[in-house]
Amino acid sequence: MTARDLTRLTALQMADGLAAGEFTSVELTQAHLDRIERLNPSLNAYLLVDAEGALATAANVDAARAAGEDLPRLAGVPVAVKDIACTRGLPTTAGSRMLEHFVPPYDATIVTRLKDARMPILGKTNMDEFAMGSSTEHSAFGPTRNPWDLERIPGGSGGGSSAAVAAYLAPLAIGSDTGGSIRQPAAVTGSVGVKPTYGAVSRYGIIALASSLDQIGPCARTVADAALLHEVLAGHDPMDSTSIDAPVPPVVAAATGTRDLTGLRVGVVKEIAREGYQEGVSRCFEEALQHLRDLGAQVVEVSCPHFVHAMAAYYLIQPSEASSNLARYDAMRYGSRTTPEGSPSAEQVMAASRDAAFGDEVKRRIILGTYALSSGYYDAYYGQAQKVRTLIAGDFTAAFEQADVLVSPTTPTTAFRIGDKLDDPMAMYLNDIATIPANLAGVPGMSIPSGVADEDGLPVGFQLLAPAMEDQRLYAVGAALEARLAEAQGGYVFEKAPEIEVQA
Amino acid sequence: MTATTDRTVPYADALTRYEPVMGLEVHVELSTATKMFCGCATEFGAEPNTQTCPVCLGLPGALPVVNRTAVESAIRIGLALNCRIAEWCRFARKNYFYPDMPKNFQTSQYDEPIAFDGWLDVEVPANEAGEPPFTFRVEIERAHMEEDTGKSTHVGGATGRIHGADYSVVDYNRAGIPLIEIVTKPLVGAGDRAPEVARAYVAALRDLLRALDVTHGRMEQGNIRCDANVSLMPIGSEVLGTRTETKNVNSLRSVERAVRYEITRHAAVLDAGEKVFQETRHWHEDTGITTAGRPKSDADDYRYFPEPDLVPVAPSREEVERLRATLPENPAERRKRLQGEWGFSDLEMRDVVNAGAVEVIEETVAAGASPAAARKWWTGDLARRANADGVAVTDLGVTPAHIAELDGLVTGGRLNDSMARQVMDGVVAGEGTPTQVADARGLELVQDDGALQAAVDKVIAANADVAEKIKGGKVQAAGALIGQVMKEMRGQADAAKARELILATLGVEG
Repeated sequence: MTARDLTRLTALQMADGLAAGEFTSVELTQAHLDRIERLNPSLNAYLLVDAEGALATAANVDAARAAGEDLPRLAGVPVAVKDIACTRGLPTTAGSRMLEHFVPPYDATIVTRLKDARMPILGKTNMDEFAMGSSTEHSAFGPTRNPWDLERIPGGSGGGSSAAVAAYLAPLAIGSDTGGSIRQPAAVTGSVGVKPTYGAVSRYGIIALASSLDQIGPCARTVADAALLHEVLAGHDPMDSTSIDAPVPPVVAAATGTRDLTGLRVGVVKEIAREGYQEGVSRCFEEALQHLRDLGAQVVEVSCPHFVHAMAAYYLIQPSEASSNLARYDAMRYGSRTTPEGSPSAEQVMAASRDAAFGDEVKRRIILGTYALSSGYYDAYYGQAQKVRTLIAGDFTAAFEQADVLVSPTTPTTAFRIGDKLDDPMAMYLNDIATIPANLAGVPGMSIPSGVADEDGLPVGFQLLAPAMEDQRLYAVGAALEARLAEAQGGYVFEKAPEIEVQA
Repeated sequence: MTATTDRTVPYADALTRYEPVMGLEVHVELSTATKMFCGCATEFGAEPNTQTCPVCLGLPGALPVVNRTAVESAIRIGLALNCRIAEWCRFARKNYFYPDMPKNFQTSQYDEPIAFDGWLDVEVPANEAGEPPFTFRVEIERAHMEEDTGKSTHVGGATGRIHGADYSVVDYNRAGIPLIEIVTKPLVGAGDRAPEVARAYVAALRDLLRALDVTHGRMEQGNIRCDANVSLMPIGSEVLGTRTETKNVNSLRSVERAVRYEITRHAAVLDAGEKVFQETRHWHEDTGITTAGRPKSDADDYRYFPEPDLVPVAPSREEVERLRATLPENPAERRKRLQGEWGFSDLEMRDVVNAGAVEVIEETVAAGASPAAARKWWTGDLARRANADGVAVTDLGVTPAHIAELDGLVTGGRLNDSMARQVMDGVVAGEGTPTQVADARGLELVQDDGALQAAVDKVIAANADVAEKIKGGKVQAAGALIGQVMKEMRGQADAAKARELILATLGVEG
């Protein structure tokens, strides 16, 4: 098998191939590193590549396997990590100038878990600064490009991870989803992305955007691959008070189990499923619904009346928490420092450093959040938004009485062109209209590719939502639909991406 | 900033026109082994920045986890202060920028304290002016949990404060140490005794916290820090005046003095028809005055919101009752009970308390000594020895059992007081138990009445004039003869028995 072929395998096939001794982890990892070296200059998916570290882990796994050691399922399968997770000894920037030279002295819990799973870490992927954005254009280190069309955005904030997975620069990647930052990039790159139940995966060592909304999850090309990574990441962590202390749902079993959906009730959420979507997005969505019916599911329409307020509530809660979470970046103990002329006070150094090192979108949200939390405005903004949040959670509870899973298109449109929405924050925010309710309520969500839009030839995402702690439902339904779509469409959606032209 | 001396009016004068109102905020550093939200050690005096981790340094991605022991301590403090314990409460973030605060927000409870609506009865002792002791009920508004900040040291500049400093260094060992802030309701009605009430309250609180064993309780190390809010109301008014907050008053004496000073300063401002400026004040131990700190308004905006990285604290009622069962006896009540049991006068008991000898006397009595003997040894002879050596009385190597044994030797007639002190010399020198020392040193009262009678006869013969006086009824003159008899006996006699024999020989009724 040639090096190029290895990168085309699914993570499951890689794991099986490694276990069977068909190839080594060093070969597999090197194949990815070669492809990264060739294509990353065009894509800018990785901010940092740790060839040495990845190959060392790979060699170690190969040696262990040769010695007959019992190894975890994904041992030797490489993975990319969003640059929002702290990696000991490897720069961790969160896409910001502020942390350009920050090298964490500790590993995020999920990084420890990847290391325990003996997965070579290829590098750190690009993202919107502090995960604020839906296009990766807000990265201080340049935008990531969509493998389907280099003039288009790969989604955000986790555009680096989605582009890396879609372009075969990694079989698996870590994402973080605060309002859709795993699912929306998955949708616009034809890949799979899962936001687990809030608290399912530890946030310890993840650079916080909005603590009550942030959730770490897997990015992959197939549902089964996502499940394998989900199982590595999930589980209780005593270092994260909000982490769930309960067994991890059987996601791998669900993703590799029966394809029969007889008796399943699928709820189409009226408020986020039917209006304002690009033609090709709507068509793919309706086709996917028909496939679900063909698999035996019963499709019903449900209403979540408060979802119309989700966007407004989200853009108060998220900036409020962010304004506080980002206060620590004051250049006193670490971070990029700017010292004004003369003999400035500590306060003036803080202000100058924050002014110089934060991008516009970050400043916009810090200002918005600071305002929303201010005395005299708190009740009207933050307080009111929290009430909306409660109502949205109530909508989900009611909807899940009528349906086992809820569905909608993941995004209103396919990938837009780089620069198109950069001057219009509201248009940018509207990308997340269908993904935000899940974050507000803490329920799990998945985006899988459901086809390609006729009008632009770009992939379309299909969103599944399940009740909290029922993540396995996403995998069961997602895997069944994925298989059915692949059958009907003559292959997986991600296989339809054009080969990337290497920039001279 | 230059410290100007403010005008004041004489204290007694101020009290003729104004009623002082106080609000006391006491910060208590808990003596937990680890910090409030991480596993770092809390040991005092370690090398700067050696007791830190990603959490208490506010590194990117770090998350807090609540220290369960700190929550238990908070609940026990709340219960000891007769508070209600919240069934469900949260932490909040208090947002402001300061270099010694790693996250630029302090994780603190805000409008949902763990304990609230309590009280503490405070015994205010009689004062030097002869005013009588009384009991003042201090109403407790709340006791809540929070974390300490790092400790800044500003180098250079005149004031030791951040403004004007050449540079500043920060020790984050203190960042994240668990604190309990105990806030009183406005204390009204103490009149001219208000400063004494403030002192007595902090003292009572300190004793209570020590009895709970939740803090090291050393004010000089900042384990207990008091902020004193003071305002004045014209007598007859019911409208609270503008308050000032004197920060970090760190000794009992200073609490009293600072409150007293602020009363005299406020009165001068009000007398002049001016307004008291709402601000924090810095207390100066050396000069006994306060100086202006930063302006403080109720509009200070800390943008509090519930801490999303922590789950609510929801102690079950069973848990609260389990903790209630661990509460020690209230120190004030305990003192009252022991004073009764021991038969000490108020003055004797006060000396015992001031000497910090309540516990050791209790143990000594339990070991079999009489309360009087226990008190005499621990607050007398041993206190002097400890004082001379500059050590604690309990660090002399003398145990309650030693005292009980020695007391037994005295009451059993083997030793007199002077011999007992010689035995104590040996015990302190590590020569063994009192019996071992007495044996080794050959200390024992002469039990042979013949030898004593001979000495008595000899002394009477040599002091005929004194003997005549005694015969004439001046029995107290016997003291002079007893001394000489003891000298004859080289101290190895029972003085009471010598007195008895002298009087009998002279035919006088004792």
